[in-house]
Amino acid sequence: MIIKNKTVLNDDWQVLRLSEGELPESVVVQGARVIVPLKVWLAQREVLQARAELGVWLASDERAESLAEDIAKFAVIAVDFPKFADGRGYSIAHHLRVRLNYHGELRAIGEVLRDQIFYMQRAGFDAFAPRADKDCAAVLKGLSDFSLSYQASSDEALPLFRRVTRGL
Amino acid sequence: MYRYDSFDHKIQAERVVQFRDQVRRRLNDELSEDAFRILRLQNGLYMQIHAYMMRIAVPYGLVSSAQMRMFAHIARKYDRGYGHFTTRQNIQFNWLKLPDAPDILADLATVEMHANQTSGNCIRNITSDEFAGVAQDEIIDPRPYAEILRQWSTFHPEFAYLPRKFKFAITGAVNDRAAIAVHDIGLQAVKNAAGEVGFRVLVGGGLGRTPVIGVELCDFVPWQHLLTYSESVVRVYNEYGRRDNLYKARIKILVKALGIAEFKRQVEADWQFTKNGAGTITQAELDRVSAFFVAPNYQALSNVDLNAIDNPAFASWVKRSVKAHKQAGYAAVVLSLKKTGIAPGDATAEQMDAAAELAEQFSFGELRITHMQNLVLADVPQSELFALWERAKKLGMATANIGLLTDMICCPGGDFCTLANARSIPLAKALAECFEDMDFQHDIGELEMNISGCINACGHHHVGHIGILGVDKDGEEWYQVQLGGAQGNDASLGKVIGRSFSFEQMPEVIARLLQVYVRERDDGERFIDTVRRIGLEPYKTELYGTPIEADEALKAPDYELLKVGVAYDMPYYSPRF
Repeated sequence: MIIKNKTVLNDDWQVLRLSEGELPESVVVQGARVIVPLKVWLAQREVLQARAELGVWLASDERAESLAEDIAKFAVIAVDFPKFADGRGYSIAHHLRVRLNYHGELRAIGEVLRDQIFYMQRAGFDAFAPRADKDCAAVLKGLSDFSLSYQASSDEALPLFRRVTRGL
Repeated sequence: MYRYDSFDHKIQAERVVQFRDQVRRRLNDELSEDAFRILRLQNGLYMQIHAYMMRIAVPYGLVSSAQMRMFAHIARKYDRGYGHFTTRQNIQFNWLKLPDAPDILADLATVEMHANQTSGNCIRNITSDEFAGVAQDEIIDPRPYAEILRQWSTFHPEFAYLPRKFKFAITGAVNDRAAIAVHDIGLQAVKNAAGEVGFRVLVGGGLGRTPVIGVELCDFVPWQHLLTYSESVVRVYNEYGRRDNLYKARIKILVKALGIAEFKRQVEADWQFTKNGAGTITQAELDRVSAFFVAPNYQALSNVDLNAIDNPAFASWVKRSVKAHKQAGYAAVVLSLKKTGIAPGDATAEQMDAAAELAEQFSFGELRITHMQNLVLADVPQSELFALWERAKKLGMATANIGLLTDMICCPGGDFCTLANARSIPLAKALAECFEDMDFQHDIGELEMNISGCINACGHHHVGHIGILGVDKDGEEWYQVQLGGAQGNDASLGKVIGRSFSFEQMPEVIARLLQVYVRERDDGERFIDTVRRIGLEPYKTELYGTPIEADEALKAPDYELLKVGVAYDMPYYSPRF
């Protein structure tokens, strides 16, 4: 189950994570809908791009710019949060949306929790795969923590001062 | 001052609801302490030695009388009748219980206050010049920009989980009173040749474990671009700042590692995508916010000859506490929170209420908190100064020590803080008692003595003329002494003078440093200038040439303040109980 478009949905994308000893160039990508690590995509590009549908995920120390040439090839791009306190994923999302103009599904994976997904949504994520032990319905509540924000962001093109008549 | 509109109120109300639910989930154990810790810190809530501590934001140090009365209310209702004003112009309450925290935030919201982002690895409260709007040397009033930055940084979705904390300071005066060179971003409002307003941007300054004076990132960012430019700076830091080592995670380490030229290149490369975009500040928004900071309704007054009042004690107070004002007939007044025997920066609920009343009576109902941990009434008619002095004296806030030896900056230290290696408050007390004599202090003249209980430097010891740092040696507290630090336009970092001293040796240590100064000073030369002229050697010789006896009187339990014989309330989830 994941959260997408503010609802809880079934989802059959598999996230491929390399086990110890597995190499990006030799790991076998199995299944129809797989979200592969960036390293696997870079190592097996020729084979993988023949697939009907493909997803890729970025680790928090990887760069959105690595996908600049390929951004249109993916049905889903995911960003991993190894710990919720690792905030690099928010800037990766910003780059994908603002610098690379990516409009497809952007999914947060890893330590995705109720108290962070409001900011994740604002930074450009539109799909969330909560940590396995968490209940999607409970996590979903986090999306409505605020009805209003000051800054412009991915989910809100204008900052508050351009959006409303302030002072009222 | 800035007043909330319905949007500000709504955002803050939703924050209170959010935090109330987080506290509820913590108390019934749906949230682990690990997960909750970061959430509570972003609401200013620390777990200290005795209880929870809340740091309430005072944006750019400005408070109304109503807000000051709310501090008094919080002190009485939830704490032990007092609060502590900090070097970041905020206020902290030390004896709180977790279940009360959401109610405190709700109470604060009724007077347009909050504790947002006063801790945690996010953009902290924005600090500024305590004399903003009234200083004679001001070029541009920084407060509208500080408020615009406050709103932009509040719940910024991209920057809640930075590698480490991030501090802005902003000044618009010739003389920097906001210590912009020791902030992650320091902003100096300036005008270019065409008379347009912009900001000189310093980056990578800071104190703490690795003190660094900030370097210039850009000499002029037009005001319209302040937010987008700042956003690019913080973004580059968020992406590339170190996360593997807590002590190397501040932006100063990144700037040093990349070099300022490469750092600037990266900022500008990022900025190209957002420059002139929606985040650009509009004239309408600047005008709206600026309208809250217009001059109050000054009367047409003439300057008063205060020397005509024949009262030496008053004259002494005027000399230290009364500051020049841009409006004829007015003055800015510093109310000292550094009375001997009181922890520097502490104020009781009664003092807070009284200060609120003084502000209403003498200064248009507004006060400022200074980073030196005092209060300011910024708009006092000179003709009222004597009456104000008499009132302030009764409240214990008219000690004529502003800028002098006993106007110490001092962190909470080992009596409260889980990070501290040594006690700060009892040391400040011992030193204040030793050098209390006002004639002596006036003779020594301007002197900044800053005390930090640990390397994190909340007491700004690196930029004290005399800096004192508490260190831990085999479980015992010792104090390292630095000389030659300064804040302001000629900011410099102090140098460690040599091996450290015991608590009981410290009064004699300071006495010897002062003896060297008195012996070596030229006419009218300040302590810091003498240090800069003659270097550390004469001070070292004086300190280490002959043994320093411990002052046995300082072993009395009196100096342990909170350490002995106090029954602490049991806090929730405190690791210490």
